[in-house]
Amino acid sequence: MKRVYLDYAATTPTHPDVVTAMLPYLNDTFGNPSSIHSFGQEAKGAIEEARETIAALIGAKNDEIVFTSGGTEADNFAIKGVAYANEHRGNHIITNSIEHHAVIEPLKFLERRGFKVTYLPVDQYGMVDPQGVRKAVSEKTILISVMHANNEIGTIEPIAEIGRIAKEMGVYFHTDAAQTIGHIPIKVNELGVDLLAISAHKLYGPKGVGALYVRKGTKVAPFMHGGEQERRRRASTENVPGIVGFGKAMQIAQNEMGTEAERLTLLRGGLIEGLLERIDDIQLNGHPRKRLPNNVNVSVQFVEGESMLLNLDMEGIAASTGSACSSSSLEPSHVLLALGLPHEQAHGSLRFTLGRETTEEEIERVLEVLPPIVAKLRSMSPLLKSRV
Amino acid sequence: MAPNIRSLYSEKVMEHFKNPRNVGEIENPDGTGHVGNPVCGDIMELYIRVNDGVITDAKFKTFGCGAAIATSSMVTEMVKGKTIEEALEISNHAVAEALDGLPPIKMHCSVLAEEALKSAIDDYLNNSKGMDLESE
Repeated sequence: MKRVYLDYAATTPTHPDVVTAMLPYLNDTFGNPSSIHSFGQEAKGAIEEARETIAALIGAKNDEIVFTSGGTEADNFAIKGVAYANEHRGNHIITNSIEHHAVIEPLKFLERRGFKVTYLPVDQYGMVDPQGVRKAVSEKTILISVMHANNEIGTIEPIAEIGRIAKEMGVYFHTDAAQTIGHIPIKVNELGVDLLAISAHKLYGPKGVGALYVRKGTKVAPFMHGGEQERRRRASTENVPGIVGFGKAMQIAQNEMGTEAERLTLLRGGLIEGLLERIDDIQLNGHPRKRLPNNVNVSVQFVEGESMLLNLDMEGIAASTGSACSSSSLEPSHVLLALGLPHEQAHGSLRFTLGRETTEEEIERVLEVLPPIVAKLRSMSPLLKSRV
Repeated sequence: MAPNIRSLYSEKVMEHFKNPRNVGEIENPDGTGHVGNPVCGDIMELYIRVNDGVITDAKFKTFGCGAAIATSSMVTEMVKGKTIEEALEISNHAVAEALDGLPPIKMHCSVLAEEALKSAIDDYLNNSKGMDLESE
């Protein structure tokens, strides 16, 4: 049985050309970029080339890119870095209720240390209201953090609009762009962001590497203290192969983004339409149009997500769910609850995220396999009975 | 086959999940148990038929994860043929053990199965007490 991978938002397979680009730096070109000999300088050259590629693609300057160990570190760096470097100016941070844990958890950490955080609500599609952001700003506000697009429901936030407000109010603006980088165009000046977190493994690059864009002049405390790497903002010997792979992945994404987004949007539309047509009592979560080209998230009523996932996996199809049963916290997805979904619908959510290898045949297979799975689970659901 | 999500669960759990025993309802059951709620994500309904103090049939309906469905299936298998006293002895650990174990975060599903059974037996005992009073 050929397996069908529809969980690209979790991670992507590394592009073969990325692997090829990385290999020399795992073999002969192994030097430490901080060393002044030729071994070191070869490695140094490679990371600076990757930095240049990435900076150019997002419209940044080279020295505004700081490499990190991934998206989570980039988010932590941005949030704690701004908080620590600006606490003399204020202790208030604005975010919203559907951020990734990589943003929410550092904010909770700061709250326990005296910072105040405003969690703005979102509408039924997961949209943050820019005017809500404006109203929440006080003279103590030092940072606004709103993700570029949501990882679960795919909703794309009005970042440029919030960026204009942040600039007008003189507040730093951070966005988690882990889900959008390499998938939709990003220019830091158009978005009006001061800090932008990105990760390589979401765009066919390797795991364990990411970056934070830091606009020149933004006051941020270093994330790691130690050597002088990354202009003293992030000590630690650089992940040379990872950074090289990240640069290559960005280059490939830049070339293919337009056509790929178009192709995936069509496949996505077909999957959504097919699911709504073939399964009763199902609804799309997230924005119908302002959503990532590859994201499908639905709530199937009267059934629970993990049991759907297990059945799909037995058919060789990999997806994900916001059900509590798939997490150790036993809490359903905070994102789906923030949309106003009742608990049982949050438990019954399924996310399919499409990517490079996704074909029409694969979408058709999901549409063939899922309806009987839902029917089987509904036949044993006490919820359905109580409704009839 | 390659390792996958099923390595989370024992083969026995997966077997009961794939082919759950005793799915459905009993018409005019002698006892019904209803436990769980939508907030926690697991809801179990368990029905029993009792003849001369022996559970002769058991059925269930469950909204929940793989472990919730498998424990429901297993507990209905375990109670059949048991006296009420014997059935009351069935613990959540016994259900989990019969399934060759559950991942730690899924043990609450076995607790729910035990509670569903106890609740169905309570219901039966209350019903039969009422019947006794009526007959007197």
